[in-house]
Amino acid sequence: MNAPAVVLLAQAVRMAVPYACAGLGGVWSERSGVPNIALEGVLLWGGFAAVAAHLATGSAWAGVAAGMGTGAAIGCAHALLVEHGRVHAIVSGLAINLVAVGGTRFLLRALYDSSSNSPAVAGLRQTGLEGGLLVRTLVDPLAIVAAGLVAWSVWAMPRTRFGLRVRAAGDGPHAAISAGIDVSSLRVAAVALGCAICGLGGVALAYDQHCFQSNMSAGRGFIALAAVILAGWRPGRTVAACALFAALDALQITLQSGSNGRLSEAIQLLPYAATLAALGALSRRGTKVPAGLTRLSMD
Amino acid sequence: MKGDKAAAGLGTLTGVAGGWLAMCLLVWAFGESPRAIVGQALGGTWGVGYGVGQVLSKATPLLFTGLAVDLALRAGLFNIGAEGQLAVAGLVVAGVGSRLPASTPAWVAVPIVLLLAAGSGALWALLPAALRARRGAHEVISTIMMNRVADVAAAYALAHGLALAGTVRTADVIVGARFPRLETLGLDAVRGSSVSVAFLVAVAAPFAAAAWLRRTRIGRETVLVGLAPEACAAERIPVARRTAVALIASGGVAGLAAVGPVLGAKGYYEAGLAAGAGFGGVAVAILGRGSPLGLLAAALLFGTLEQAGLAINGRVPMEIAVVLEGIVVVAVALGDARVRLAMRVRASS
Repeated sequence: MNAPAVVLLAQAVRMAVPYACAGLGGVWSERSGVPNIALEGVLLWGGFAAVAAHLATGSAWAGVAAGMGTGAAIGCAHALLVEHGRVHAIVSGLAINLVAVGGTRFLLRALYDSSSNSPAVAGLRQTGLEGGLLVRTLVDPLAIVAAGLVAWSVWAMPRTRFGLRVRAAGDGPHAAISAGIDVSSLRVAAVALGCAICGLGGVALAYDQHCFQSNMSAGRGFIALAAVILAGWRPGRTVAACALFAALDALQITLQSGSNGRLSEAIQLLPYAATLAALGALSRRGTKVPAGLTRLSMD
Repeated sequence: MKGDKAAAGLGTLTGVAGGWLAMCLLVWAFGESPRAIVGQALGGTWGVGYGVGQVLSKATPLLFTGLAVDLALRAGLFNIGAEGQLAVAGLVVAGVGSRLPASTPAWVAVPIVLLLAAGSGALWALLPAALRARRGAHEVISTIMMNRVADVAAAYALAHGLALAGTVRTADVIVGARFPRLETLGLDAVRGSSVSVAFLVAVAAPFAAAAWLRRTRIGRETVLVGLAPEACAAERIPVARRTAVALIASGGVAGLAAVGPVLGAKGYYEAGLAAGAGFGGVAVAILGRGSPLGLLAAALLFGTLEQAGLAINGRVPMEIAVVLEGIVVVAVALGDARVRLAMRVRASS
């Protein structure tokens, strides 16, 4: 049962995992009031750490832990720099992206003597599984974990104490401080959590290719950021936008292998064009932009 | 202001110290001696004429992009779209510059390509500027999106007609539109390096911009809008228009960054040419802190880092240069912010 539509759907699900993880990461950190353009770099580090740990220990799950842990560490660093170091969030994010591109390539050469990719790893996908392509994609452990995190985020943000405090820290930091919330620590926690989830996206990306490739995130972090903004910083809608972008990606790959080269390039532009259009439309009707995000200019 | 001076001093100090420490650790972790690597890096950059020329060549686009980011910062905007503005300008300049009649004299061709470079860069900043002025949409997001659009558009244009068959590069720009390399002008010391007359233009640009900001009404108002938008609005200064113009001008300057690599060093545009110079410009602007000499020093520092990376590549991966660039930026910003905070605390107590 490998009809074209099923293949397309399976592809879309497979590609949605990194997007969704990065998008959720963006939501958690930006809702707490910390702008995060470092998703791209976190995806790269997550993928690299996972492959390195996988190769070192032989365990794929150790790789998952390393990828998420590295993401959390970068998130902590970013939030600490912004909250306690008073470094501009865009500057910090930009630097993280720079260091990620250069640093992962540096380590590729240091550890594996290659500037393009790491040795192959097994990853988590079971090979001896019964059923078609779609089934194999859906029971991929990382896809299941990611789906769990999506469900948890959608549930937790408007309901749990932590989720509500994160929103308070983003929407009205001064009020939150008055209410006795330690906004700085909360932001560090939220950004670390978000970047851990984003790191998982990097793990999925690397395990899917069965190796780490230099610059393999290829702009996915920025597309996820676009999804966050399109969705108005709401987790459920962000993941939906991510899934849509992943489906577009899958469609584009299918088209590319056919004769519709031009159409596939036009599709590549859609996420960015949609975001630019949404920026114009959103801002008009007094947006839901977390207030903490708006004080972005240098002081 | 005294606080600014102190912040600049300590910021630079922590930046250089942080970068130095990180460099030593990375080199040492790689199993090489930092002293030997630094020696080799200096020998390959400032120690030999060719190296000096290459440093200046790499600093050329960084000066423009640094100035572009700085110009936007003055108006309170963060233009991280220099990367895309530069790519589009390079593509347009090479595309038109290679199609001009081969006999076009320089006094016609050079103004054309300069206008094209600035114009296409400015055009790429137009949408973010309009979104910002009309809808208040944040320029960081919109310029990131424009960077990605530029990526796709450049690949598309190269794949469909602009590149020579079977390559990812355009045809050669006609001789009349080129910025001659310094070595062809009798400067034997930099023989073999790609530094061109464009470097001299790049050095002059920040001084011209500083004069514009200081001496014209629009320039002064732009700076004031960056400092206190509410006060400016009360004074009937058109805040939205000033910020929009600043962002468009910033895009134009970023577009001019294409002049060095495309018209000076290479003579054509190819996929990925000067990639990273746009983000490097943010680093230059932060380290340069708005003074023309600061921008020059910062561009030279990062140009040196890039060339040093190539010089040591056989022993330590050249990517160390990019890593150090990132670390220096954060360290500078951190040192800077600490001092500002300390000054503010002292002022308020």
